[in-house]
Amino acid sequence: MTSTTIPRLPAGRTVRLGGSRIANEVRTYFRQGDSVFFTFLFPVVMLTIFSTAFSNQSFGSDAAGNDVSAASYYLPGMLAAGLLLSGLQNLAVDIATERSDGTLKRLAGTPLPITSYFIGKIGQVLVTGTAQAVILLLTAWLLFGVDLPTSADKWLTFAWVFLLGVTTSAVLGIALSQLPASGKSATAVVIPITLVLQFISGVYLPFSQLPDWLQNVANFFPLKWMAQGMRSVFLPENFESAEPGGIWNLVGVALALGAWFVTGLVACRLVFRWIRKDS
Amino acid sequence: MTITDAAISVRDLRKSYGKFTALDGVSFDIERGETFALLGPNGAGKSTTIEILEGYRDRTSGEASVLGVDPGRGGLDWKSQLGIVLQSTGESGNVTVREQLAHFAGFYPNPRDVDEVIAAVGLVEKQKTLIRKLSGGQRRRVDVALGIIGNPVLLFLDEPTTGFDPESRRQFWQLVTSLKQEGTTILLTTHYLEEAAFLGDRAGIIAGGRLIDIGTVDEIGGADARIPLVRWVDEGVSRELRTTSPATVVAALVAENGGAELTGLEVVRPSLEDVYLGLVAAYESSGGEVSTSSTRETGAAHDGGAATPRIELVEIPDAQPTAKDSAR
Repeated sequence: MTSTTIPRLPAGRTVRLGGSRIANEVRTYFRQGDSVFFTFLFPVVMLTIFSTAFSNQSFGSDAAGNDVSAASYYLPGMLAAGLLLSGLQNLAVDIATERSDGTLKRLAGTPLPITSYFIGKIGQVLVTGTAQAVILLLTAWLLFGVDLPTSADKWLTFAWVFLLGVTTSAVLGIALSQLPASGKSATAVVIPITLVLQFISGVYLPFSQLPDWLQNVANFFPLKWMAQGMRSVFLPENFESAEPGGIWNLVGVALALGAWFVTGLVACRLVFRWIRKDS
Repeated sequence: MTITDAAISVRDLRKSYGKFTALDGVSFDIERGETFALLGPNGAGKSTTIEILEGYRDRTSGEASVLGVDPGRGGLDWKSQLGIVLQSTGESGNVTVREQLAHFAGFYPNPRDVDEVIAAVGLVEKQKTLIRKLSGGQRRRVDVALGIIGNPVLLFLDEPTTGFDPESRRQFWQLVTSLKQEGTTILLTTHYLEEAAFLGDRAGIIAGGRLIDIGTVDEIGGADARIPLVRWVDEGVSRELRTTSPATVVAALVAENGGAELTGLEVVRPSLEDVYLGLVAAYESSGGEVSTSSTRETGAAHDGGAATPRIELVEIPDAQPTAKDSAR
């Protein structure tokens, strides 16, 4: 027999397989009961609880003097929390689990490009994050009578904050998945991080009421900027004065999230390995 | 590295984890189209060897070539030629058998037909069942199916039939036999020696990180280890005799016994399992010295063609069939 050379794989399969991974990821996501509850429905549950519990409290009023309901006040924060949970928390736990249960080892032995795997994960986050945002908006609108914005401008802002936020959150989740030593410890490592971020970033507590030093800490992390971007879309114009510096600062939102996105992407390429060799 | 057309070529392969030496200089070749069984006790270095060749582990030193490629640097083109059945899997399994196979088939340039593979591993009835709801043996069959879905040139099977019932094991053997007929090169590790004997063309026995013997399945251990055994029970004591002329021995024993039948009479040709156990036991009792079959000396009784065979009686206290009398 003559020496045979190994045929080259056809070009363009990375994107095609990325699509195939997205379908596979979304399917398995919704079959995983705990992820559906703790990341997908969690913000909806929290919005419902907050809106009901604080329904008699005053959150200020808009320029025309209409009271802002608890649901209106908490909606932007819950949307931002949803981005963090669907992206960062979900992927960090999911991939750490896949590493320890052998899923990644199996994929490592196949000709699946790592980039296709990333596309699958980010696509899953985009699909589930979008569905989650739609459910949050519908819950707020139908159940709690929240007036949603009517101007195209506002929805355009929503679109880019959402997209930039969810992809940033996804790449950070992939990078963070390297941190837990095992799948079992993944939730214990990841959930405290996301929980603390939610408390200091204006999701559950009004950001303007936090002490300056804590605001400065939160400024460093992406969730604060996602929440701020969402507030600019859903809160009345006169709430802008309560923001740091008295402005929504959408340029700051874009710069902070953009920087985290690039950092996350670089971290993914540098630290992600299918398996830890020799472990 | 020497240019070789072997599917797998390994020279002086070494692997240490800190102070522990898992592989201590292993060399062998596996030809294209061959089925090679790598045998050895737990912890001997089988999985370390196979995982180095699959690209999962780095070697400490030595040379390795898999389909002409250094497995430590194999890319996606190279992986598309391989099929890997790992020793253990524990995935969440939130997909059905069919979904998983169809998905994995898409990774490969020239995959097998999903229906054919499902049928070949006997999971037609379970194809729409979530993998996590399958039994251990059925999940193992999914592993095997995923190993062959890409139509591999080289297939790694690391203890593939663990958890199979005897019938499934026979079905699996048929499947591997048909893969062999199609020209697939197979590297198999197994604890079932009859499986290695049935499927393997050649076998290598690894112990303590070293290859203690290698050869065709019929010849491994040397001719002496294959000398038939006559076993019988004499006044409640199990006796075993190793002889090249078993018929003559049995006749002599019957004559000694006044023409009466012997209790518990057996004439057995040592199986691969007997040979294997003998080799591993000999290796362990020698404190890790490797001797190849060509230099092995034998204590077994045989003198070619003499009219009266030399008879050497061995008492076996616990009636356990062993090949200990063949030890040096």
